Amino acid sequence: MAIASSSNTEQAQYRFSSALINSADPWRIGTVVIALLAILPVFAILWLAFFPTENIWPHLVKTSLPRYLQNTIVLMLGVGTSVFATGVSTAYLVSNYEFPFRRMFEWLLLLPLAFPAYVVAYLYTDLLEFAGPVQQGLRTLFGWQLASDYWFPNVRSMGGAVMLMGLVLYPYVYLLARSSFIEQSPNLSAVSRLSGRSPFKTFMFVSLPIARPAIAIGVALALMETLNDFGTVDFFSVHTLTAGIYDVWLNMGNLGGAAQIASVMLTFVVLLLSLEYVGRRRQRFYQSAGRFSNKQRKQLVGRSKWLAIFVCAAPVSLGFILPFLMLLKYAIQYFEQSWSPEFREYVFNSLYVSTTAAVVCATLAVVVCYGRRLHRSTSMIIAARIASVGYAVPGAVLAVGIVIPLASFDNAMDTFFRARFDISTGLMLTGTTFALIMTYVIRFLAISIGSVESSMSKISESVDMAARTLGYSASRTLGRFQLPLLKSGILTAALIVFVDTMKELPATLLLRPFNFETLSTHVYQFASDEMIEQSALGALCIVISGLLPVILLSKTISQSQSLASRA
Amino acid sequence: MSAPLKVDRISCRYENESAVNHASFDIEPGDLACLLGPSGCGKTTVLRAIAGFQPLIDGAIYLDNQCISSPANIVAPEHRNMGMVFQDHALFPHLNVERNVAAGLFRRSDSDRRRIVGEMLERVGLQNQMHKYPHELSGGQQQRVALARALAPSPELLLMDEPFSNLDGDLRERLGQEVRELLKDIGATCVMVTHDQQDAFTFGDVVGVMREGHIEQWDKPYDLYHEPTSLFVAKFIGDGVFIEGTIASATEVKSELGLLRGDLVTDLPVGTPVDILVRPDDIIHDDHSTQTARIVKRSFRGESYLYTLVLPSGSKVLSLVPSHHSHAIGEDLGIKMEIDHLVVYPRIKP
Amino acid sequence: MKHPSALLLLTMVALGISTQNVLAQEVNVYSYRKPQLIKPMFEAFTAKTGVKVNAVFAQKGMLERLKSEGRNSPADLVFTTDIGRLSDFKNAALTQSVQSDIINAQVPDNLRDPDNHWFGLTSRARIIVAAKDRVADGEITTYEDLADPEWNGRVCTRSGKHAYNVALISMMMAVHGDEKAETWLNGVKSNLARKPEGNDRGQVKAIKEGVCDLAVINHYYMFQMISDKEQKPWADAVRVIFPNQQDRGTHMNISGMAMARYAPNPDNARMLMEFLASDQAQGMYAEVNGEYPVKQSIVLTGYLQSLGAFKRDNLALDKVATNRAEASKMVDRVAYNE
Repeated sequence: MAIASSSNTEQAQYRFSSALINSADPWRIGTVVIALLAILPVFAILWLAFFPTENIWPHLVKTSLPRYLQNTIVLMLGVGTSVFATGVSTAYLVSNYEFPFRRMFEWLLLLPLAFPAYVVAYLYTDLLEFAGPVQQGLRTLFGWQLASDYWFPNVRSMGGAVMLMGLVLYPYVYLLARSSFIEQSPNLSAVSRLSGRSPFKTFMFVSLPIARPAIAIGVALALMETLNDFGTVDFFSVHTLTAGIYDVWLNMGNLGGAAQIASVMLTFVVLLLSLEYVGRRRQRFYQSAGRFSNKQRKQLVGRSKWLAIFVCAAPVSLGFILPFLMLLKYAIQYFEQSWSPEFREYVFNSLYVSTTAAVVCATLAVVVCYGRRLHRSTSMIIAARIASVGYAVPGAVLAVGIVIPLASFDNAMDTFFRARFDISTGLMLTGTTFALIMTYVIRFLAISIGSVESSMSKISESVDMAARTLGYSASRTLGRFQLPLLKSGILTAALIVFVDTMKELPATLLLRPFNFETLSTHVYQFASDEMIEQSALGALCIVISGLLPVILLSKTISQSQSLASRA
Repeated sequence: MSAPLKVDRISCRYENESAVNHASFDIEPGDLACLLGPSGCGKTTVLRAIAGFQPLIDGAIYLDNQCISSPANIVAPEHRNMGMVFQDHALFPHLNVERNVAAGLFRRSDSDRRRIVGEMLERVGLQNQMHKYPHELSGGQQQRVALARALAPSPELLLMDEPFSNLDGDLRERLGQEVRELLKDIGATCVMVTHDQQDAFTFGDVVGVMREGHIEQWDKPYDLYHEPTSLFVAKFIGDGVFIEGTIASATEVKSELGLLRGDLVTDLPVGTPVDILVRPDDIIHDDHSTQTARIVKRSFRGESYLYTLVLPSGSKVLSLVPSHHSHAIGEDLGIKMEIDHLVVYPRIKP
Repeated sequence: MKHPSALLLLTMVALGISTQNVLAQEVNVYSYRKPQLIKPMFEAFTAKTGVKVNAVFAQKGMLERLKSEGRNSPADLVFTTDIGRLSDFKNAALTQSVQSDIINAQVPDNLRDPDNHWFGLTSRARIIVAAKDRVADGEITTYEDLADPEWNGRVCTRSGKHAYNVALISMMMAVHGDEKAETWLNGVKSNLARKPEGNDRGQVKAIKEGVCDLAVINHYYMFQMISDKEQKPWADAVRVIFPNQQDRGTHMNISGMAMARYAPNPDNARMLMEFLASDQAQGMYAEVNGEYPVKQSIVLTGYLQSLGAFKRDNLALDKVATNRAEASKMVDRVAYNE
């Protein structure tokens, strides 16, 4: 070889002695620490549940728990079906057929993600209730006077909750189903069609099953959001397990009881996480190494064309355009009232916590995913799973689960410093934005891990190995060769966490520091007093800030499509 | 310079299965070695173990007489100074050819780097493609860049994992030969893993046939073909059939095709029933021979026909005959045995 | 990035610590009351004394937060919107006794804690409102009437678990005993026109819409509705009824205050408490919120005056507080909210 040197052999001795793979390398430690932190609140809750100060478990089981369970299950089944139907049909149309406005629909269909479910709930109640324009119009038309004179479906019911949450949550399924459909090789459906199957049958027996893992993940995510929701179910008097937690804890003052209900919820959590996990496992095999061939989309004509447009337009209009216009109207109407210095402060606060949470989440997600990639052992896989647990735990429960360990830490530190140095350190972590951001991070880590993992798994392992054999350490391999390729996954992770944090309500209500209002708490305050008009400006801000990431998300998707198809 | 590699009875687990089971071999500097075997035999796992990506549960690996892998300790891959080429080339998609090849040279000075990259690309014939990106190259070109990249830092050992599997026939053979010449020129030591015999034979100085995590035979290709030490290797390598026979003496075997004598020296007792390996090239066409066999199948190979013949007893044999002798199916062909390498195995009672 | 995790932790801690406020001359309040309702009082206090009031308004989880903050809690005062929560705080050993003649003079005995841990600031009557055109005067006069079959499908209330209703049920338990109270509650449940939803005002709205004919609300909502353009028609559609005038009187609840056990600014807190109990502040409640001042001698004006005098149930709120847990369970057993 050109560079022959005896110095190589000399160096060999030194080289090998200091270069042993440490089982205590920073990536492994990092992942384990993150996992432990994430599960800490769950342990706190379980501890409380098993050792409550006053045990009302027998009472719960006899009276309210069965109802909570039933309502939760019904709600989840309903929302699951709804998001499946909406998400899959729109994704399929948009990936496989050509029709007017298709390009626009591709990203329009993502928009409802920007809306918090409870805002949509309040707006539609406003629209559809007795005093609202729809019923008023009907009454004028038919000459009815009182509610008892006619029948109109009650929005504030289980049915209403299912429909509205379905409207807001279907983008999860849409997003994932769409990636899957786009990635599917057209050869697969070609084979099916050649063997005589109609387009519909081909969809049912070929495209849909292959997209199943991705769809499963989307549905799991939507259901986790459903489980977590408090604002909507509270307003609609649908008594789910989440409502039960609030009730037992706050109305009955029994945290132990609340923790017990929370533990029951954890079984749902486990189920949903398994669903997602199975989905992701299968997805690995179903993904065609990111080769996006230029799909030939079939042009639709006549009735099918209009049907396709309708199917895509309906969720967009109902889930975004209509509520958005309502918000716009109220925001303009009440602008002077709403635009105050306090309001600007709310905006700043929201942006601050959301951005911080997003950045932290993305970083931690990279640590966890890379740690798992480096050490493919069962323990690491479990650690990564555990780090994701927070997502499925309802925000309020997580908040309580966090305050307890943090406060103990604070109090312990304070006692220690008082004893040793006669200084009172006071509350360092509780009641500060640290506690709040930590809650957000634990809660949303799952989704950023999922996004980063999904991007990382598209990078072939041989790229890693090539870099390592060329002399790059594990950390440098990540920095130089993975991160550039992970940009879209990381960005997606950060953006979704940003949006979710802007919308987050239950944990924020509990953990915020003194005089710290965010846009979401501000909106909730007014909306629950049925004065949503005054806080429409705030809701609008939440939605607008939620929009930008959503649009960027859409752009990133199409960008990475073209990059990968060239590779 | 390249260093000797010693793989000493290593065992590995991969996804809870025993993937490698006490595999051993030695490689001298300058050797081009091949690990050959069916899929699932553990050859890729061995390669990964040599590279440092696979932990060992038993045995050890030594490079230049220093232990680099053992159950207790593994030297990190980035410190082993080995190059690796993959089946899917694994080029960095966001870097152009020049940058890809330069990737392992980050510790060198700028001028050194440029020089080495230039040299390497010239050797693989891609000096004009420096600024192209991987996706703009053909499959063969991509693999050459991958090779240049792996060789640029002058590794002590080059590892290749089915590097030609993704290429089509003609290109494959050509590239295989080119790579071999290049490596010989440089004086590199190489371990290549493949499931394709042709690749192994074209490329390797020495080939190890692997089966179920174990190395059945480690030998020159010629010896593997003509003197397979086990039934598995005999069946795996090349074409061939087995006909029944009995040991007649220490150097002779009685069979349907007559008394066979080759270079065999055996200590099996006289009268032991054996299976005799008969390769297509062991049976030649002889119009004047009294022994005939009926042609039941033939396969045109371009320069020869591979005839499947049935002996009077009913056993089938294969014969490779130059194709200007064209015989039809059903014809009787005169044949003669020309076995130089007589290979027998004790017949296993079913 | 050598040690990402360490850097991260440091950043997070730094961020968190930076929002701590450590100034002098202030008092920290944890409040269940809505900000709009209580800010005017605080502003008046600051104007008068120069002491800044920092308030955390949280509708959920106040007790838990205080409990876990323990000795290091920055809370000086706790404000609640009903008796139940006040007594919960005391029972959790999170309050301290405040000896103040000023406060004692302003707040009657039955509306403050015998041990001086908590004090009522305003009182609110839980009244029945009835559709003017569908319910005749005098058709319903007592809480007990609500369970009468004649009202089947004509009653609206908010969630049975809400503190105001729980207090009402607790009162019924104290007066009639657990068994009879449960029978009554069952009766009310079967009279409900719809599953409980919304807040008190929402029930009045429902009467206006013809969904039901009777509702149970806190009196001051009437006052607030009249001042709101959109809600005035609701208030105009109903008649106010103070129940049980012929026997024990109308059930009263209180909003109140307590000093936190580990208050860091006890002197400022005490000042604020005395201010809130003062005639000035109590007058403000009446004016701004339409609630009854606890001090009976304060002259009522405006809407409160128009409602007229009525007999109040003088049951010691202590008794109401002790029944709370059972009352809540009763709501579950009866499945009131389904």
